[in-house]
Amino acid sequence: MISNTLLIKILNNIAITIKENKEYLTHLDSVIGDSDHGFNMNKGFNEVRQKLEPLQNKDCGTILKNVAMTLISKVGGASGPLYGTAFLKASVVIKDKYEISEKDSIKMFDESIKGIISRGKAKQGDKTMLDALIPAYQIYKDSINKGNSIEIAISQAQKAAYEGVEYTKTIKATKGRASYLGDRSIGHQDPGATSSYLILKSISDTLNNINK
Amino acid sequence: MKKIINNPENVVNEMLEGIVKAHPKYVRRIEGTDVLVRKTSPIKGKVALVSGGGSGHEPSHAGFVGKGMLNAAVSGEVFTSPTPDQVFEAIKAVDGGKGVLLIIKNYTGDIMNFEMAEEMAELEDIKVKHVVVNDDVAVEDSTYTSGRRGIAGTILVHKIAGAAAEEGMSLEDVQRIAQKVIKNVRSMGMSLSSCIVPAAGKSSFELEEDEMEVGLGIHGEPGTHREKIKKADEITKELLDKILEDIEIKKEDEVAILVNGLGATPLMELYIMNRHLHKLLNDKNIKIYNTIVGNFMTSLEMAGASITILKLDDELKQLLDSIADTPAFKNI
Repeated sequence: MISNTLLIKILNNIAITIKENKEYLTHLDSVIGDSDHGFNMNKGFNEVRQKLEPLQNKDCGTILKNVAMTLISKVGGASGPLYGTAFLKASVVIKDKYEISEKDSIKMFDESIKGIISRGKAKQGDKTMLDALIPAYQIYKDSINKGNSIEIAISQAQKAAYEGVEYTKTIKATKGRASYLGDRSIGHQDPGATSSYLILKSISDTLNNINK
Repeated sequence: MKKIINNPENVVNEMLEGIVKAHPKYVRRIEGTDVLVRKTSPIKGKVALVSGGGSGHEPSHAGFVGKGMLNAAVSGEVFTSPTPDQVFEAIKAVDGGKGVLLIIKNYTGDIMNFEMAEEMAELEDIKVKHVVVNDDVAVEDSTYTSGRRGIAGTILVHKIAGAAAEEGMSLEDVQRIAQKVIKNVRSMGMSLSSCIVPAAGKSSFELEEDEMEVGLGIHGEPGTHREKIKKADEITKELLDKILEDIEIKKEDEVAILVNGLGATPLMELYIMNRHLHKLLNDKNIKIYNTIVGNFMTSLEMAGASITILKLDDELKQLLDSIADTPAFKNI
């Protein structure tokens, strides 16, 4: 179970994680993309962080919807619409709720991924954030269905996402700007998959009280 | 990084302020946005054209806001698509009741953000359609890529679709014309040096003194392959050959050509390329109806050039000839 207060803390920590990894994400993007991923993500999540304070006592759906709209209007590039759509779809699942249940969390994860697929028209194996998110979701869903807590499931999911990021090094990009490189994109990890992994890791670290 | 800037985070805003000060007869800025529109927007009874994309390609796209071309240009961060709310503001500001055509370059981010803006406009009952420019032959259009990139050929789409809108054509017809240009336009580029995104602070890639990158993108993304630098005539031929492999242009066909600089290449070198491009096309008995040389779709301080060929018919010729009066493109 995740309360609205805990949700705010998670979002705040995601913003901090993105800030800490701004240069790293930009570097990854400069190799196979256009060098803006870290900068734009940080810009968006920094804005998100500033909006969290007045949302403290709101329901979880309202909080996530505000995050989504902020990302859509501040990030730009491909990441803005994709992450914005993901948070927007997740927010619908928990509309008017002050607590997120295990069952809700599976649905939120699922809806987010569906939103990213329909907005970005990509699939697993295209060397995108989906290569981190889809395996993470599958592990997460199985783990919760086995009766594990959100804390345990998300910890397993972020490990799967990490493996997904590693997998992106082995494949050729077929979506997004890196696709123009063809074979030359092989060997490099995908910046979008990496930021997705960092977000899941940040959620896991917050829920498991690591470092924060 | 050596640049005449104040703060990397303010480059787009400060550039737009400078553009408005330079061209007050042509453009004004929609307050609180990064949207420049024609001074007299909205224009009643005409289809409006909205283009845009990441900044760093100046004079694209704000430089083409004016009579016979664009009604609005939306500027994103450097090499980053503008957000949907900004594009939506542009649509609202220029809609004169006859609908709005969005001219999008084929990049994943641009398409998603512009499509979201289109969805927002539809909710407010504004008629919007879009076209996607994908003229770059360096990238194969296959299932392994998200299609070809949109590069300098976009300027010709602006010019010709802009002329169609100026003549009072319907949204459907302006879209049809724009699509006809897209179907018949091809570009291919090369670069001699990379560029520095202000926020990144360092070069996007490195090239040795004697190397050139062929088939580059306009965002500092590397090209399809690297070669030893060649003479201007050989480079021109290599780019043209790649274009002609891709589009059938027969003897006696008429074309418009655009030799575009990427930012740091002197006009002298563009004219040297243009001279040989004319010879190559003449040798093939392809008729050059119109020649445009200059820096239209740049990539910050990248050195290099692209060649664009547009196959013409009578309708496109007439629209290409009509008046355009914008800060960066004039046909008077």
